[in-house]
Amino acid sequence: MSPAKDTYPTAPLHAIQDNRGQEPRLLAAGPDAGLEQHLDTFGPWEPNAAGAGLLEALGEAGLTGRGGAAFETWRKATAAAGSGRKGLFAARPVVIANGAEGEPLSFKDRTLLAHAPHLVIDGLAALAAALGGASMYVYAPAAGLPRVQQAIGERPRGNRIRVVQAPETFISGESSAVVNMIGNGNAVPTDQRRRLSESGLNGRPTLVVNVETLAQVALIARYGAQWFRQAGTAADPGTRLVSVSGPAPVRDVVLEVPGGAQLSAVLQEAGMDPAALSAVLVGGYHGRWVRPAAHALSPVGPPDRTARPGAGVIHALDLQTCGIQATARIVSYLADQSARQCGPCMFGLPAMASVLNRIAGGETNPRLASELDRLGRLVSGRGACRHPEGTTGLVSSALEVFAADFRAHLSGYCTGPGGAAA
Amino acid sequence: MKTHLHIDWTSCDGRGLCAELLPGVLDRDDWGYPVARGKTGRDRTDVPLRDADREAAQEAVFLCPKLALSLLDGRTPEPGTRVPGR
Ligand code: SF4
Ligand code: SF4
Repeated sequence: MSPAKDTYPTAPLHAIQDNRGQEPRLLAAGPDAGLEQHLDTFGPWEPNAAGAGLLEALGEAGLTGRGGAAFETWRKATAAAGSGRKGLFAARPVVIANGAEGEPLSFKDRTLLAHAPHLVIDGLAALAAALGGASMYVYAPAAGLPRVQQAIGERPRGNRIRVVQAPETFISGESSAVVNMIGNGNAVPTDQRRRLSESGLNGRPTLVVNVETLAQVALIARYGAQWFRQAGTAADPGTRLVSVSGPAPVRDVVLEVPGGAQLSAVLQEAGMDPAALSAVLVGGYHGRWVRPAAHALSPVGPPDRTARPGAGVIHALDLQTCGIQATARIVSYLADQSARQCGPCMFGLPAMASVLNRIAGGETNPRLASELDRLGRLVSGRGACRHPEGTTGLVSSALEVFAADFRAHLSGYCTGPGGAAA
Repeated sequence: MKTHLHIDWTSCDGRGLCAELLPGVLDRDDWGYPVARGKTGRDRTDVPLRDADREAAQEAVFLCPKLALSLLDGRTPEPGTRVPGR
């Protein structure tokens, strides 16, 4: 491992970071690690002792959520801890390990739950202890449940953790959808006048935390903030798991990369040649298309040189695939995954998908591009969850990155293999 | 302290009564749902109000047939941490 100590913005972001030196942290116990193997690798564990000072350590470590929004974990946890103590009848808080991974291109959480369930449970227990004995839930899709249940069975006080099955929908992992599913069996987002940290599951202060974030919490609880910061950059400390996929024959892989890693280095590590790719989707279906060169993976930094990792999805397109068609397929899927509760999302996303499909299908009306842009502006910011703006963000990156292809399509010819890749 | 008009999109049916009561604040979109004029991002769900619009906003809150509107007084809206799909 090469501890990268550069700081944004003083150090150049394009300085190549050597991902390949990254020792595994989260998956260090090896495949299918049981409790014994887990304790052998990471050392003994006492969650209640870990609770004291944990929130401060998370703050010093600078850990951000690994589920998509990259919000500071200590802030979220402190908010829930604070509202639990307020009022006459202090409500016991709830911590939920969120393993729902509705994103079709994401598989790192599934992989983590399969191979390092104990690290996730450690992090859950530590956070629950830090919040003064919060109730614990694990929320995961059907395929991940047996492994989680087996791991819970191996734990001394595992029976205190409840397990709830997440449906296989794109928005099933949205935090209010998670709470809604556990409370009412309906995995759709709810309107949020009150924050979940004030009033979530059964009105209790609720913390929904991605499973990888929890595994990182477990490592920080054991080894401290300084150890955590030995990887990554000052602005994006630690490591993250990424789900990398690309054109055949590249196999889908989960990699652990340091914060601020170079996208091109990650692609190479997954077996791809960045020069043979037209564009890379970073952050998943609510992410952005970028050109493969000269982007660092980091939740902070200038947009022309950084790409937000979101839920850690990296998906590469080869030069033969039309970026507009690929985007049209994704947006059709996203429109279909709208929970159909909010008008602008329910009507706006299918409208966007239809315009995109018309462009992809060869319709040559030059107004279609501006119509797409207009619809994007119309729906963004208007929904109970961020599905509309996530979708429009993807579309606007497509309009930017595939601008030449759009022009070509709309004026009656497709630039063919490779589109108009810069 | 700033007042925000919160729109619960899961309840709103887009008949547009609110836009009639608050013409300076709300417009209607292609499908009849309210759009905050001149606002972007989540300010279109938690719409910041000028003092002059507060009374009309209160009226809209009372008259919305779907109880989709509410006023958030002096509370900052939820930060953008909620991302679907994970
Ligand atoms: S914005 Fe869309 S996906 Fe989100 S709750 Fe509303 S209808 Fe469902
Ligand atoms: S009055 Fe209520 S239901 Fe009608 S459009 Fe306005 S917010 Fe929606």
